[in-house]
Amino acid sequence: MAQADASMMDAGQGPARAETEKLVTSDGTPLKRALERAERQRKIAAVGLVAPLLIFLLTVFIWPIAQMMWLSVKNDQIVDALPRTLQELQTWDGQDLPGENVYAALHADMMEDLERDRRDRKTGPMGIRLNYELSAARSAVSRTSRNVDEFEAPYKDAFMDAHRLWGDPALWRVIKREGRPLTASYYVAALDREYAEDGSIVQRDENRRIYVPLFGRTLYLSVVITAMTFLLGFPIAYYMSILPMRQANLLMICVLLPFWTSLLVRTSAWIVLLQQQGVINSGLVAAGIIDDGSRLSMIYNQTGTIVAMTHILLPFMVLPLYSVMRTIPPSYMRAAKSLGATPSTAFRRVYFPQTLPGIGAGGVLVFIISIGYYITPALVGGQSGRMISNEIARHIQQSLNWGLAAALGTMLLVGVLILYWLFNRFVGSDSLKFG
Amino acid sequence: MVAASQGDGFVAFDRVQKSYDGETLVVKDLNLSIGKGEFMTMLGPSGSGKTTCLMMLAGFETATSGEITLDQRPINSVPPHKRGIGMVFQNYALFPHMTVGENLSFPLEVRGMGKSEREKKVKRALDMVQMGAFAGRRPAQLSGGQQQRIALARALVFEPQLVLMDEPLGALDKNLRERMQYEIKHIHQNLGVTVVYVTHDQTEALTMSDNVAVFDDGRIQQLAPPDVLYEKPENAFVAAFIGENNTLKGKVQSVNGKECKVKLPDGSVITALKVNVEGDGVQSTLSLRPERVVLGDRAAEMPNKFEAEVLELIYLGDHIRVRMNVCGDDEFIVKVPNNTGGRAMAVGQKAPVGWSVEDCRALDPS
Repeated sequence: MAQADASMMDAGQGPARAETEKLVTSDGTPLKRALERAERQRKIAAVGLVAPLLIFLLTVFIWPIAQMMWLSVKNDQIVDALPRTLQELQTWDGQDLPGENVYAALHADMMEDLERDRRDRKTGPMGIRLNYELSAARSAVSRTSRNVDEFEAPYKDAFMDAHRLWGDPALWRVIKREGRPLTASYYVAALDREYAEDGSIVQRDENRRIYVPLFGRTLYLSVVITAMTFLLGFPIAYYMSILPMRQANLLMICVLLPFWTSLLVRTSAWIVLLQQQGVINSGLVAAGIIDDGSRLSMIYNQTGTIVAMTHILLPFMVLPLYSVMRTIPPSYMRAAKSLGATPSTAFRRVYFPQTLPGIGAGGVLVFIISIGYYITPALVGGQSGRMISNEIARHIQQSLNWGLAAALGTMLLVGVLILYWLFNRFVGSDSLKFG
Repeated sequence: MVAASQGDGFVAFDRVQKSYDGETLVVKDLNLSIGKGEFMTMLGPSGSGKTTCLMMLAGFETATSGEITLDQRPINSVPPHKRGIGMVFQNYALFPHMTVGENLSFPLEVRGMGKSEREKKVKRALDMVQMGAFAGRRPAQLSGGQQQRIALARALVFEPQLVLMDEPLGALDKNLRERMQYEIKHIHQNLGVTVVYVTHDQTEALTMSDNVAVFDDGRIQQLAPPDVLYEKPENAFVAAFIGENNTLKGKVQSVNGKECKVKLPDGSVITALKVNVEGDGVQSTLSLRPERVVLGDRAAEMPNKFEAEVLELIYLGDHIRVRMNVCGDDEFIVKVPNNTGGRAMAVGQKAPVGWSVEDCRALDPS
């Protein structure tokens, strides 16, 4: 009974007791709050350490990439330039030429544009945009917009007199189709497809297909280069892994030399070696192996791209392989042999499987880098050694079709991300490291 | 089993030498014969050449000169995978990308054995080391002791005549190490397989072996069963390396049959068993086990008796180690059982000590 009373009294004083029993630090603040504060300070410090790089990456990497992806679907040129025309086109059946109302709206749109400041004019970009879909559309637009203030009703004839394309339903179909703020047409073009008259997507004529074969070639070259770096890199990585540290480091320097050589020096070296009048060809001719008329062409074609890129990307294969092989103790091979395996079986069944993470890491690195490689194919690739990035660069720098370049770039990026995802899934990204 | 198996030469090293750099010999003139079914331990400090000997036997190192025979067959030029010798490695060397079952199955597979027979043998080997439930695990999921058992099972699964073990218990903690010592010993007894075991741990060597070869400086210093090794070390190195040991250095004064008298620097003369001293006037190291020293009244009956002073008492539970000054040596240790006599001692106390002639061995001076 007394005990029950005591416990009831305790219950009554509960809150007060809990207060006094709270853990406190030496200066009297509750321990819990002190810990929270310490934790918060740690988090702030962590953010402070990461923030500069994060901001840098956001502004110069993530943001531009997002911009690029946005460019590949952005399609405001026609919407901005021809709001009235598009309104009128809504009821058009897409077969015959549109009626006078549409041409009148077109005239009104173009007249309005003439009143804009020269730099803000919308018809110029619209002409460029239309030209991507239909050649000569740009000249039709520019020629018309110069004289549009002299046009008089009926506008249909006036426009058709100014440029024959205004009398072509194909142009009107393009205007109607692309008169939306977002478009898939860059991707359609990037996949070597086009819109048929009825609006369906069909493959281009065989001789006008560029990008899909180029993607195919890029993949093919990347696979060949990855295989070459593996075949050349595996033995040297193995040899380095069994050498004492000192000699291994010396060999490592030789492997890393391409990293430390200027790109131009490296490329000129390849040109000196590989060109038709170069060291290798002259040597072969002098040795009588080939005659002077049939010198090998080893540069400005696929061979040049493969040789040069294999050389440059070799370290990316050797380093992960080496770092994995270093950690495989020689006792595994010994154990396999002591268990009765011939040296080749021991290598195949015991050593090789353990190097797979290194092969995976090296392979993915080399493959991903070579898929997007630009400068070497541009310098020594010639026509047959070009890769998709060269075409992207051409669209950015020369044809100025940024939408198409962005679509190609986005496809490349997505391809690489899928590849990385697969690698991460089957091998694990933690093996993706150097040294 | 112990001495009888000596000499039938199942494994034999005949004048084997090994040099890595062509200048210094790591193994100098090794002659060793291991009988069938014997548990032979190669014991020695690191760099004494014992592991090199094991590697030569396994085939991972070639002998610079001399011949190694296995079952009367010279194996110098036989590659490791054709020797049919099981081996347990220091770090176990279990293949990390294979399960335990696959690890054990590997030696059977490379011998072209059928699947059902493989499974039977793998199961039997796993049961032998009480790891039957672990066939599906990866080595990384096992504790050190479990990995050790698997390594042992893998070295035995293809039923080799000879199993080599290279410090297999080095990575285990003390309790586990002791348990595994008994287990390896029992497996050896049950299977009758010949074992060559390399270790630097003398307790391990004494517990497990039929014969122990003590290595130092590329030579076998003494080859003997554990008890002989402890009781009758033949030279100063073995005496110091095996067990605890009091050493007193002096000059041989006279030799009388099996006995000799040795004069210590402080003038006292000790009668000792002549083991490997040549005659009058040479330097000698006297070796005396701490537990053979008699302390107190009974010391008076001993042929060697001296007055000693207690310098330090170290309490060790079952016994007390007493550090004393005997014949001018401050490091003289006596083990005293933990009983009333032992408890009564105090630092600074004077006490008589004594020992018999047989327990004090006159060895080479080194």
